[in-house]
Amino acid sequence: MKSFRYGGLAAAVLLATTACAGAGGGGGGSDNSINVLMVNNPQMQDLQKLAAENFTKDTGITVNFTVLPENDVRDKISQDFSSQAGQYDVATISNYETPIYAKNGWLTPLDDYFAKDTGFDQDDILEPIRQSLTAADGKVYAEPFYGESSFLMYRKDVLDAKGLTMPEKPTWQQVADIAAQVDGAQPGMKGICLRGQPGWGQLMAPLTTVVNTFGGTWFTKDWQAQVNAPEFKEATKFYVDLVRAHGEAGAPQAGFAECLNNMTQGKVAMWYDATVAAGLLEADDSPVKGKLGFAQAPVVETESSAWLYTWAFGIQKASKKADNAWKFVSWASGKGYEELVGKNLGWSKVPDGKRSSTYQRPEYLAAGSSFAKQAEAAIAGAKPTDPGVQERPVSGIQFVGIPEFTDLGTQVSQKISAAIAGSTTVDAALDESQALAETVAKKYRGN
Amino acid sequence: MSRILGLAAWFAGLLFFAPVAWMVLTSLHSEPDAATNPPSLAAPVTFDSYAAFFDSDPWPPLINSLSASIGSTVLVLLLAIPAAYALSIKKVEKWSDVLFFFLSTKMLPVVAGLLPIYLVAQYTGMLDNISFLVVLYTSMNLPIAVWLMRSFLAEVPGEILEAAALDGAGLVTTLRRVVAPVAMPGIAATSLICFIFSWNELLFARVLTGVVAGTAPVYLTGFVTSQGLFLAKVCAAAVVVSLPVLVAGFAAQDKLVQGLSLGAVK
Repeated sequence: MKSFRYGGLAAAVLLATTACAGAGGGGGGSDNSINVLMVNNPQMQDLQKLAAENFTKDTGITVNFTVLPENDVRDKISQDFSSQAGQYDVATISNYETPIYAKNGWLTPLDDYFAKDTGFDQDDILEPIRQSLTAADGKVYAEPFYGESSFLMYRKDVLDAKGLTMPEKPTWQQVADIAAQVDGAQPGMKGICLRGQPGWGQLMAPLTTVVNTFGGTWFTKDWQAQVNAPEFKEATKFYVDLVRAHGEAGAPQAGFAECLNNMTQGKVAMWYDATVAAGLLEADDSPVKGKLGFAQAPVVETESSAWLYTWAFGIQKASKKADNAWKFVSWASGKGYEELVGKNLGWSKVPDGKRSSTYQRPEYLAAGSSFAKQAEAAIAGAKPTDPGVQERPVSGIQFVGIPEFTDLGTQVSQKISAAIAGSTTVDAALDESQALAETVAKKYRGN
Repeated sequence: MSRILGLAAWFAGLLFFAPVAWMVLTSLHSEPDAATNPPSLAAPVTFDSYAAFFDSDPWPPLINSLSASIGSTVLVLLLAIPAAYALSIKKVEKWSDVLFFFLSTKMLPVVAGLLPIYLVAQYTGMLDNISFLVVLYTSMNLPIAVWLMRSFLAEVPGEILEAAALDGAGLVTTLRRVVAPVAMPGIAATSLICFIFSWNELLFARVLTGVVAGTAPVYLTGFVTSQGLFLAKVCAAAVVVSLPVLVAGFAAQDKLVQGLSLGAVK
């Protein structure tokens, strides 16, 4: 009798499971819904909160969001888009992926959509951002959700106490000198936070901007690898020496999040990183709110060295709901959404860095008065096609716009991170990296 | 001597429990407190992270995980028990080869099968479908379950089976009245292990699911962000996601201890 009871229970559970399983189905959702895959950044979390009450209410289109961490979302997007599985209609892609995906035919061109959408105002998108989302065929394949550049954030109060002044556009040598002087200005405080965590998007992003301004490059115009060239070495030695001498504790593991923590908790006096960090440091619950100053990305030989990055919305070519997908993109990247965020969540949370009109809104300027103008100047001054002192084979400031760069950049960053940890030298790290870069260069030289 | 061993056992126990305790503690702090280094034990307690977790509507992924785990565990048992019976009590020909064959299916690294399985799911329209995960988890856990159940059934004394046969019991009666009660702790232990493996599986779930069939581990990773603080929220989510496994473990505790120590004192 007892085992019959077990059998009955098992059958019931199985039936229930099968019933639940009916909920599945590739590219699911009703005709009036779209599937959106996003990176889990704070701006996207806000979008998720606002979509149902605003976008869905106005258009009747339900948005099914999937949010994942950055590395996972990249894997998932490339998996879905490369196989054109069509599970997702819209995904957040960056200006690194957009030209590559467009060339592979995985994205829907958006020119016809924004031409017909009078309220969208494509001309309002900041020129470097628009350019970076345009493919080789001259068509636009993604619309920005927010844009960012890089600049130097520093503790004004700490520098003031030491009688130091940060120039508006400092050189790297000036930054290194100030880092040495403010190192230990408060108990446990180091001079500067610079990323040391391996990853093409972690350590390699700020370091490549330093390489650019020191006169170095990954590749020459005719695809000669330059990773162990004197300029690349000089820049990397400068970076590694600075972070080892006056950088944060645990530098080989420190990425954006760790540096944000260090800056918030007063463990570093300066930080060179993404402009998007300024909004987090100046947020209402931040202990360092109001104590910060902002300067342009430090330079050596170039006029500017700031990077350019944007998270943008691309529509998958295989999407059967491209019209509805555009309505969502138009809403999320539009001026109206910025106003919606400003009024509902606060003007410091506006997904900025993409439209020139943002920087003319008095409410926004009042909320981000300490960094808004510097951030806009950094983005406007970024030159994705001409970031250094020599011509480049492909565009990209803090990355090289080829599919191989994610792997190459990550491998090289592991070696440089080891140099920051002290387990190898910069010379050895870059000599080994040169061989890796040369393999990639060969492929593009065609020999 | 026994006191020293007792102390060592306590120390080992606490050492293994420390990460879990840390996770619970971090989940009860605010994000800035959770991110402090060195970590602060005395920071004020808040349930904000739990509120944020439940506000984010975690029920669909939790139900998906439950469906995939229970469904696959039931299927595994339905298939593994008869297979184990045929490999231990009424042994089939070349039973040891069969047993090794089952085990050999676990020798291929899981990740090596990822792409073919993804393509099969895509071509059959089974991407983002829980049924596909149920089938997958069943096949992944079946070899282990067969091995476990075989060793449990091998413990059933031949004398009881002979006595049942002498009393005129048929196959079904023997299985129901003789084998099942003896093997129940083993079945409980096997079920729990299969349930835990399915519940915690991330690799396939991440690749094969999307909008509707995402499981709890995939949902859990969604709290990690590269911009901003997330430790407290991830810990709160991890605590909640761990609960079903803990509950299942406690519920089956007696049977589990019997099952896992079966044969130890033969």
